[in-house]
Amino acid sequence: MTLPLIIYRSLRQHALSTVVTAGSIALACGLLMSVWTVKTQSQAAFASTGSAFDAVLGARGSKLQLVLNAIFHLEASPGNLAYSDYLFIKRHPAVKTAIPIAVGDNLRGYRLVGTLPELFTDVELAPGKKITVQPGGRFFSADPAAKEAVAGSFAAEKLGLKPGDTFHPFHGLTYDEKNQHAETYTVAGVLAPTNTPMDRVIWIPLRGLQTMSGHDPRAATDVSAVLVQLRAPTAGFMLDLMYNKQGNRLTFAYPVGTIIAELFSKISWFDRVLELVAYLVALVAAGSVLASIYNSMSARQRDLAILRALGARRRTIFGAVVSEAAVIGVLGALAGYVIYFVLLGVVTGIIRAQTGVVLEVWRWQPVLGLCPLAMVALCALGGVVPAFKAYRTPVAQTLAPVS
Amino acid sequence: MLEVADLKKSFRSPEGDCVEIVNVAAFALAAGEQVALRGESGSGKTTFLHLIAGILAADAGRVSIDGAEMTVLGESRRDRLRADKLGYIFQTFNLLQGYTVLENVVLGMSFGPCGADRAHAEAVLGRMGLGHRLHHFPRQLSTGQQQRVAVARALANRPRLVLADEPTGNLDRRHAREALTLIREVCRENNAALLLVSHDEEVLAQFEQRRDFAELNQAMKETAP
Repeated sequence: MTLPLIIYRSLRQHALSTVVTAGSIALACGLLMSVWTVKTQSQAAFASTGSAFDAVLGARGSKLQLVLNAIFHLEASPGNLAYSDYLFIKRHPAVKTAIPIAVGDNLRGYRLVGTLPELFTDVELAPGKKITVQPGGRFFSADPAAKEAVAGSFAAEKLGLKPGDTFHPFHGLTYDEKNQHAETYTVAGVLAPTNTPMDRVIWIPLRGLQTMSGHDPRAATDVSAVLVQLRAPTAGFMLDLMYNKQGNRLTFAYPVGTIIAELFSKISWFDRVLELVAYLVALVAAGSVLASIYNSMSARQRDLAILRALGARRRTIFGAVVSEAAVIGVLGALAGYVIYFVLLGVVTGIIRAQTGVVLEVWRWQPVLGLCPLAMVALCALGGVVPAFKAYRTPVAQTLAPVS
Repeated sequence: MLEVADLKKSFRSPEGDCVEIVNVAAFALAAGEQVALRGESGSGKTTFLHLIAGILAADAGRVSIDGAEMTVLGESRRDRLRADKLGYIFQTFNLLQGYTVLENVVLGMSFGPCGADRAHAEAVLGRMGLGHRLHHFPRQLSTGQQQRVAVARALANRPRLVLADEPTGNLDRRHAREALTLIREVCRENNAALLLVSHDEEVLAQFEQRRDFAELNQAMKETAP
């Protein structure tokens, strides 16, 4: 009990500096774990979101913009393509599935996307993972005259939509109450959460969006993009050659995973900045452990000398000071988990609201074990310098005056 | 039990001169023997006790405790020997202010051969009349009570040799008498040798064996005017 008692009493005697130091370690630990988890999980989540489709066909323009618009429902559409282009790729022998989508309207800021019922019935988000509707609802009718909609789970939650509710769409991708369409749509069902950007969308029949009042009648058959599943990956390179190299009218964004990876590589500098900040905070925290214990050494010298006079060996004193630093690290690491869950809760909420992608806060990541361990080791290392000072405490000079 | 031979210790003065503080040719204590050393402030008594306890390393000479020669041991082995064989009662108590009364005694025991025997520590403190103060901190105790904690801590390990440096210097007459009686009684029970240094004649008068440290310490004789 000797060592735990010495450590406990020392921490109690210097409670304020213990709390402040452990707090800075918690901040460093929480930041590091959050940055790492958000980085790895968001990359994995975005990549798996795009994995349902191999490619996207759209108007001539940026591949990234096309993928962001058609799969993540972000950014403006780069333009339209003719219905015949959709039919051409749908009938191509290398293509397994082709689903057209049309965008251009919203409901109080949430996008309306026109598509075919096959998106819900023929496509799996991941192997074995079909799109389903929450109890009490159903997919919209294939007949555009029925004017039915299916709401994504997040959009339905935020807009308070449930089966049987009606709404008027608004023109454009951003909400402007003056641009209300005359059509009235009825919610046929709400999708079960998919943890993908689909959750942030209100789906209506393709034809309904194409023929919405106020839309240009000359574009009434155009589509914004076509989501493509291929029969074999090699076919993608053939279509890439055909659309992107030989043609100059359309863009074939393939492979989707690589394009998303390019997006992350473009913003990787931001990850590195965050990581650098977190590493600096970690270093400052370890330095503060060193400074805090080192500064308290003068006040503790007498106690250490008494312990030595009672028979405590130098290595016991050295071990006590290093262990104390490590315990501060452990306390900080534990508090770091609290900061991690709070930070990740906030960040996950923001990412979900902005993209529909859901990160799994509770999922175990190696960094959740490695980071606290590294912090404790760093703190113990920070304790070595003051421990050495304690080790060299001159017992006789520190104790009673010579008589 | 204790044998001291040709023990020397010098310190460097602020002026840079080498000043000899202790120079004891011979001193011995048998097991169970109780000796009081008379000495004025600044006479080198505490340094002498520190040398015996191995808190200070001697420049020359020999200190042997229960057959183990302190002066040839490295610092770590000296710490071990001190924890195993010695009980030290400091003039200024040297209690650990951040620890409770019980923790002060238990911690002192934990470095010695008995280990942290909580029940024994409680019993010793009970005997010192501190059974109701086990969980108090030293600052919450009177001077007399603090002194008794220091005594309890020094004796709890059943040491073979007890060194007491002005143990009653901060106590009033009544408490000084009580503390001294207690120290001598426990030493007798454990057959421990007791070496007490004091300049208080009333304390010294209670000992059958008294020595004058000024006579024992050649260093002070040489520097005396």
